Amino acid sequence: MNKIGLIIRREYLTRIRNKTFLLSTFLLPVIIVLGIAGTVFLAIKGKTNHRIAVSDQNSYFRDYLKSDSSIYFDFSPGIDTINYAEKNCSAVLIIPVLNEGQKTIYRLKYKKQLGLANIDDLEKRINAAITDHLIYIKTNITRSRLDSIRASSDMGELQTFSDEGKRSQQSSQGLSYAIGYTCGFLIYLLTFIYGAMVMRGVSEEKTSRVAEVIVSSVKPFPLMLGKIIGIGAVGLTQFLLWIVLGIVLALVAQAFIPHELLQEVNNIQKANAMGNAQMAQSSEAARQIFEVKQSIQNANWLLIIGCYIFYFIGGYLFYASLFAAVGSVVNEDPQEAQSLLLPITMPIIFSFIIMSVAIQDPGGSLAVWASMIPFSSPIVMMARIPYGVPTTVPYWQLLLSMILLAGGFLFTTWMAGKIYRTGILLYGKKPTWKTMWKWAFNNG
Amino acid sequence: MLEVAHLKKYFTTQKAVDDISFNVEKGSIFGLLGPNGAGKTTLIRMITGIFYPDEGNILFNGEKFNTDEDSARIGYMPEERGLYKKMKIGEQAIYLARLKGLSSSDAFSQAKDWFTRFEMQSWWNKKIEDLSKGMAQKLQFVTTVLHRPELIILDEPFSGLDPVNANLIKDEIFRLAANGASIIFSTHRMEQVEEICNHIILINKGKKILDGTVNHVKQEFKENLFRITASPLPGHLPDSVFEVLTKKEQSLTIRIKEGHSPNDVLRYFIDQQSNISVFTELLPSLNEIFIKLVEGTSLSRQFQPIQS
Repeated sequence: MNKIGLIIRREYLTRIRNKTFLLSTFLLPVIIVLGIAGTVFLAIKGKTNHRIAVSDQNSYFRDYLKSDSSIYFDFSPGIDTINYAEKNCSAVLIIPVLNEGQKTIYRLKYKKQLGLANIDDLEKRINAAITDHLIYIKTNITRSRLDSIRASSDMGELQTFSDEGKRSQQSSQGLSYAIGYTCGFLIYLLTFIYGAMVMRGVSEEKTSRVAEVIVSSVKPFPLMLGKIIGIGAVGLTQFLLWIVLGIVLALVAQAFIPHELLQEVNNIQKANAMGNAQMAQSSEAARQIFEVKQSIQNANWLLIIGCYIFYFIGGYLFYASLFAAVGSVVNEDPQEAQSLLLPITMPIIFSFIIMSVAIQDPGGSLAVWASMIPFSSPIVMMARIPYGVPTTVPYWQLLLSMILLAGGFLFTTWMAGKIYRTGILLYGKKPTWKTMWKWAFNNG
Repeated sequence: MLEVAHLKKYFTTQKAVDDISFNVEKGSIFGLLGPNGAGKTTLIRMITGIFYPDEGNILFNGEKFNTDEDSARIGYMPEERGLYKKMKIGEQAIYLARLKGLSSSDAFSQAKDWFTRFEMQSWWNKKIEDLSKGMAQKLQFVTTVLHRPELIILDEPFSGLDPVNANLIKDEIFRLAANGASIIFSTHRMEQVEEICNHIILINKGKKILDGTVNHVKQEFKENLFRITASPLPGHLPDSVFEVLTKKEQSLTIRIKEGHSPNDVLRYFIDQQSNISVFTELLPSLNEIFIKLVEGTSLSRQFQPIQS
């Protein structure tokens, strides 16, 4: 009907014209990128150089435990378990007498926590040192030869291909993970942001009492729907702007790569296309750029963006109507909204937690189930799709999940509409769950 | 023009509207009166199509009320005013008119028209937040009548207005009625009703307890009270014909007893050689009638369980 169009137009335009919309559209990606860059920076920065004293009375490890930029092993004989801290070491590693074939306990004493990653790293180094030590004493190999074998053996690389019948496509697990996580996270975040926007809009109409004027011209249901659709359109606009922004940034980034390097990348691409993968002559940098470019090109962007739009709309519609229902029953006191919001925000938060688990095993049963149930499917399914359709996510799963989500939002919208219709004109006491249930399911 | 027949609306704890019928004539100003919580708002909400009645019919120009089509022919100004706080005033007026079905150009020219009439042109690009309460009230009135409704429902339209602006709105109400719009006017302020309305109904506890023209109602509730000013006053006043309620200098307020007419009173005064300068009937004010009818019923409405 014409009226719902008017409502959509108003909701859309008043928000698009608002300065906060432009600001958030451009600031949110910047904040996210800065956030990621910041964590990476801190992670690199935070890897302080640890000096670890080694108390190795039998000198088993003196030549095998290798120091590098992140961990420095101090073998100076003067250091022991008592004075290591004074000698500027953060921990002391005690090497016992080695009994061949038996599990040996190495003990690390520290004053300052080393962190899980460092402990892991340390354990690997100790194991490598034991292997080296054993090889050295069991065989006649020379030290230098052992080192050169070690150095040249570090050249295996696992490439994965998703098998799609006729052609198998090189896939990048890392990229799929990144895209999936980003999509899931975005839907999670935007469902909250836009859901809250719907709620605020509804409750503003109610508390400013304009609702009664509007409802005398338009039925409550189209009013609610118009608001939800209008705000959803704002979300889509924002997403499209982000895509444009992303493409522009990618082009800008490309402009910063030196021309010769790009030339080289192109050469690899041509060589690859002709079937001879002779990458040996090209430089390391060019090869890396080529790989990133290749994996980005290999991702099925059309599918991902298409599905993202569907799941964003679906998930948004599913939750927005519930947010609208909450907005319609609360009065001026924003505290009232808190307790009513809990049953809506919990499933969203749970979905996000499930998503971060499911993304580790996108074909697992948790991932499959959670991507079917409409409460969590928008977030979880979006994390799975970048791993490949129809390999990781078979067509029937995608289709079923979409149908269930569509059914889900039709149901929540219908139910919320009935609560909304009564709530929007009711002032005074906050209704209980029981009365809201009555509004929704009794023909009152 | 509007016929309401046997309208009922029960809520879980109250019979909000319990079998109310009335008619509103075209071009008339109709007063809907009643104490707080009598069911006025519920009744109005049913007429505007916000609520469905449980029982009864609303006929609009002889046809059954249809919310989708007829809402365009109704303008409703609720008691609790409300407009979008952050929306520009001109845009808002156009938006509300378009929701009532006006085309965008029509809405624009109407809005310009009314803004000029009410000297509000400079408000066009302001927001509601910038307006005072009285200014917002004027704007609310404009948005109510912008789409040329045939039926205008005004709930306490003058509250918060200074006398100058109240007169401005009052004149507009008369003008709109003269142009053929029917106006339902809901208020507690009886002096306004007496001044403005042709026809009134009074409802209390969801039931209609009074229906008629203002004059008719006053006649119905008159208590045969008269004021007579004469000099000299007769020394003896017969209590068989009338009784004297108050006496103030040369003026008497009297109640004429059953079976006697004003002529009997006049004849008596003339016989007593008394010069009558004023003789007038004292009709009750609507305020008195209102209080008389509503008084005695418990002041605030009690919640009661409804058996259904």
